[in-house]
Amino acid sequence: MASTKVVNIPKGGFSFENCQRNNFMAKQGFPAPKAVKTGTTIAGFIFKDGVILGADTRATEGNIVADKNCFKLHYMAPNIYCAGAGTAADLEMTTLQMSSQLELHRLNTGRQVKVATATRLLKQMLFRYQGHIGAALVLGGIDSSGPHVCCIYPHGSTDSLPFVAMGSGSLAAMAFLESGWKPDMELAEAKVLMRNAICGGIFNDLMSGSHVDLCIITREKAEMIRPFEVANVKGERQGSYRYPLGCTATLSTRVIPIEIESTVVRPVAEESMDTA
Amino acid sequence: MFGQAILNDNLPGAKQHHWSPYTDNGGTIVAVAGDDFAIIASDTRLIQGYSILSREQTKLFKLSEQTVLGVSGCWCDVLTFTRTLEARMKMYLHEHLKPMSTPAVAQLVSTMLYHKRFFPYYVSNIVAGLDQDGKGTLYSYDPVGHCEKNRYRAGGAAGAMLQPLLDNQVGLKNMKGGVLPDITKEKALMVIKDSFISAAERDTSTGDGVIINIITKSGVEVMHFPLRKD
Repeated sequence: MASTKVVNIPKGGFSFENCQRNNFMAKQGFPAPKAVKTGTTIAGFIFKDGVILGADTRATEGNIVADKNCFKLHYMAPNIYCAGAGTAADLEMTTLQMSSQLELHRLNTGRQVKVATATRLLKQMLFRYQGHIGAALVLGGIDSSGPHVCCIYPHGSTDSLPFVAMGSGSLAAMAFLESGWKPDMELAEAKVLMRNAICGGIFNDLMSGSHVDLCIITREKAEMIRPFEVANVKGERQGSYRYPLGCTATLSTRVIPIEIESTVVRPVAEESMDTA
Repeated sequence: MFGQAILNDNLPGAKQHHWSPYTDNGGTIVAVAGDDFAIIASDTRLIQGYSILSREQTKLFKLSEQTVLGVSGCWCDVLTFTRTLEARMKMYLHEHLKPMSTPAVAQLVSTMLYHKRFFPYYVSNIVAGLDQDGKGTLYSYDPVGHCEKNRYRAGGAAGAMLQPLLDNQVGLKNMKGGVLPDITKEKALMVIKDSFISAAERDTSTGDGVIINIITKSGVEVMHFPLRKD
């Protein structure tokens, strides 16, 4: 009998049980709530020793900044990371799911996973959902066939290129990459180029902002630099906004006396035995 | 039969493309009036969609030695409205041989807005200045000419975000013993600056800089300070 009271734990995958109701409600003039989007400037390119990924840190809900320091670089595998633009929840869940799939793949094959495997897995999943999963990704990594950077669109198409940019700030970032990228760049110049590309998005695209995060993947290791540069400092307020004591009005007062019953146990000094 | 189906725009998936004569160019205005002064400030960012059109465009228009108008909204309407207003004020000057007083300008703004009742100027207006007695006054408007006299007001893109802050810090609302002494110029300036700093943190269309106009009997003093640029 107890089992009937236990909530059914879903088997996995999406639940579509509210679709019909939500469509009906939308027709009645109650549209579904909006999801948080990351607006975003993300980019990635190949340099001499591997791959560099970059992202800004602003998340928006319409014109309002939802998160001033959000994290857009996601772990996929020890040798593969990805930067995400689009619906925040979709990106989080998609990358989480894919990273576990890739780990299982690694355990099954006993080999380091390839960037192509991650790309194929992601595009097949996104295509299956016909663009309803709003994830636009820049995937970067290094494997037995060398460094790769690849961008994956929400509908499942992919581009494998030496340098890519995505998100609402991609035009600003791409302007820097088109003029500044060259083959076999040193790490130091790669960092500067990526910083410039992301800053292009931060300052010229309203949906991108705050700081620059970087991820550098080489044969030896993957390094996350967060923040790489604090591109915008918070303005310094002049006034103090601490409220003086007693400025909250007391509307009514009632005193309830609490009766306390207490029992005190005192150790009594032990009397010495009368041995007389 | 087929023709009917094409004309029926209730078909699933049917889309109708709209063109709008209006656009939102962002911008925030904050104004506070004191006993013998009025301060009005605007941010200097002009936007369209996700892009920044200008980082140094003031939305304050000095109408006379004692009146300043702050306008934000659809920039083409801002330009048309202010030019027409300036022309109307010049006509008044030539007819009456004296400049318009702040309350007179306030009434004219309302009349001009309501004149366009059924194709409104897409603007949020605040008139700040000194009245005939030299006291600080403020008038705020909706796009079709409703006018309200205020002591403090926030308008434009981040107006809804800043008005509660002004209510509390200038109007002393929700504070015990909130008796209203006339706000000092220093306190008003501080609250205005801080409110723009806060708006720039959370509103994407507010930023780059602030222009402040301080209106006293000796004229209009202009100040500027920078905001974050992302």
